[in-house]
Amino acid sequence: MDKPRMATLWLDGCSGCHMSVLDMDERILEILGQVELVYSPLVDTKEFPSNVTLTLVEGAIASKEDAAFIQRVRANTKWLVALGDCAITGNVPGMRNAISLERLFGASYQKLSAATAITELLPQVLPLHQVVPVDLFLPGCPPPVAAIYALFQEFLWAVNEANGDLEAMRFTFDATQYTGFGR
Amino acid sequence: MNESNTTTTKITIEPVTRIEGHARITLQMNEDGEVNQAFFHVTQFRGFEAFCVGRPFYELPGILSRTCGICPVSHLIAGAKACDDLLAVEIPPVANRLRKVMHLAQILQSHALSYFFLSAPDLVFGMNGNVKQRNICGLAEQTPELAKRGILLRKTGQGIIELLGGRRIHPTWVVPGGVSAPLSTSARDSILAMLPQAREEVLKTLNWHKGLMPKFNQEIQALANFSSLYAGLVNRKGYARHYDGRIRFMDSNGNVIQDHVEASQYPQFIEETEQPWTYMKFPFYRPFGEERGMYRVGPLARLNIADGLGTPLADRELQEFKTMSSEPIRASFHYHWARLIEMLYAIEKIELLLNDEDILSNHVRSIAAPNRLEGIGMVEAPRGLLIHHYRIDENGLVTGVNLIVATGHNNSAMNRGILQAARVFVRKERMEEGMLNAVEAVIRCFDPCLSCATHAFGRPRLQIQLLSAKGEVLHELAS
Repeated sequence: MDKPRMATLWLDGCSGCHMSVLDMDERILEILGQVELVYSPLVDTKEFPSNVTLTLVEGAIASKEDAAFIQRVRANTKWLVALGDCAITGNVPGMRNAISLERLFGASYQKLSAATAITELLPQVLPLHQVVPVDLFLPGCPPPVAAIYALFQEFLWAVNEANGDLEAMRFTFDATQYTGFGR
Repeated sequence: MNESNTTTTKITIEPVTRIEGHARITLQMNEDGEVNQAFFHVTQFRGFEAFCVGRPFYELPGILSRTCGICPVSHLIAGAKACDDLLAVEIPPVANRLRKVMHLAQILQSHALSYFFLSAPDLVFGMNGNVKQRNICGLAEQTPELAKRGILLRKTGQGIIELLGGRRIHPTWVVPGGVSAPLSTSARDSILAMLPQAREEVLKTLNWHKGLMPKFNQEIQALANFSSLYAGLVNRKGYARHYDGRIRFMDSNGNVIQDHVEASQYPQFIEETEQPWTYMKFPFYRPFGEERGMYRVGPLARLNIADGLGTPLADRELQEFKTMSSEPIRASFHYHWARLIEMLYAIEKIELLLNDEDILSNHVRSIAAPNRLEGIGMVEAPRGLLIHHYRIDENGLVTGVNLIVATGHNNSAMNRGILQAARVFVRKERMEEGMLNAVEAVIRCFDPCLSCATHAFGRPRLQIQLLSAKGEVLHELAS
């Protein structure tokens, strides 16, 4: 049986959710041994591949480039996970939403302006589910390690149950026992 | 993509991978097929300077630590120090020592991430190694002991942060005036128990790394190897400081050109400029102007400017490191080596700090209202000098924020380094993946944190593009 193909990506966020994934410590090796990591900031793939079973997305949608990219990711992913509060609510990147792009650039730069920017920033940062359907939500800033590890375990269990038939695979995950406000 | 044409060519690498952030590289070639210009574009914008305005000052360390999930502790501490300055209080000595422990733990975990997870794949498999294997998964298969060592050292740093602050990422324990809770005996003992193994693992890695160096002569010569100024924090004796100290600027011959610059004096010496093709600003040493004022910061710069570190094993390693040259070490490839020496220093220094008998004192916070309307906090983040500068009104609400982040200081040097490496490694007639990886490896030497660098804005990926003289795209590695 082929290993399930996994991807992780980082849109408008701080990389803290990826760090929380690495905070599994030795368990990273246990998980990586059972999946094929086909796209991630940790590997040198330049194009998002097809036929990915599980994609974890950190960060919000901040630009037209992000929005186009997440469409490509969605089209090639079976299970899409919004990883952390920026992907789920917009969180810290969304704090700019009340301020016009002109004022944002004015506060940060002397010469650069929104009109000549090198990326087409959206006037409002959007959570993932406003742009593409999301299958699972894993909250936290960042999500706790226990929640991330449990998600991987459930996922690998579901893959195993499906016995190679990833099309028919059923996968659910209840994050509430691992996460919560104020924890 | 590789559209040949009769005149000139442009290569784009996007995203640049195994780096901490979103970026792309453009290489411009001339009629003879030589790379004559290189641009490092950082493509994330976040707007912290604008949306922090109007908020209470004491929220800033917590919000601004969200600039970066890799070095949140640096932002937390620089922010808290800027707030200490607003309060105009002296914080309890034990609070300073406890903050130092957390800060050094963060340098340890951040350097472990950079060295083992991001750059070791290039060291083990080579710049032309199999692209599918050239990552942490390949490392775990090929050299499992090295992968496990990286995990252990990162875990040690993160574990110390958790024991002090209750969580590994975005802790809130460092506050204006000190820290929010004293250290418990059991936490101290747990930390002390982790250190001996961590020290052994760093020493083994140092030996391994030194043995590798002869294989990387070409990279040492070509990956951002040039003269520049250097900047970092030192104490009165000229020893490197990470939590406190004042700025020293050194020239490429090793002369101290400015010493003991206070946080409040930074605008006299550091000026920033902008370019339309990147969100990352270009700081330079003001007295020398934009052309001659390029300086480097971070582990290599810190070791170059320092007369010593102040712990026995790290000082022994520093001495050996410095025997490579009578002048400051120019090769940015040696950032990796410098990172290992700093990891050793962090472990030794944490042990010294925790063995101080006052470390368990309950007096860890000074309480005050703001007594000044402007405050500046300065630390050495893992990647170099970090400055938080806040202005508030009479009610303690923020009226202005300026951040000068570590990665930004290295912006000019990274751009120049990419050009140097591309001229050596990139051949128009025979474009190969490994050549572009060598160019990306320049970036990995500096270990830039692009979410920090573009606190102003956001997206963590790097892209490389090869353009013709007419501006047509000839080759592209993109996502």
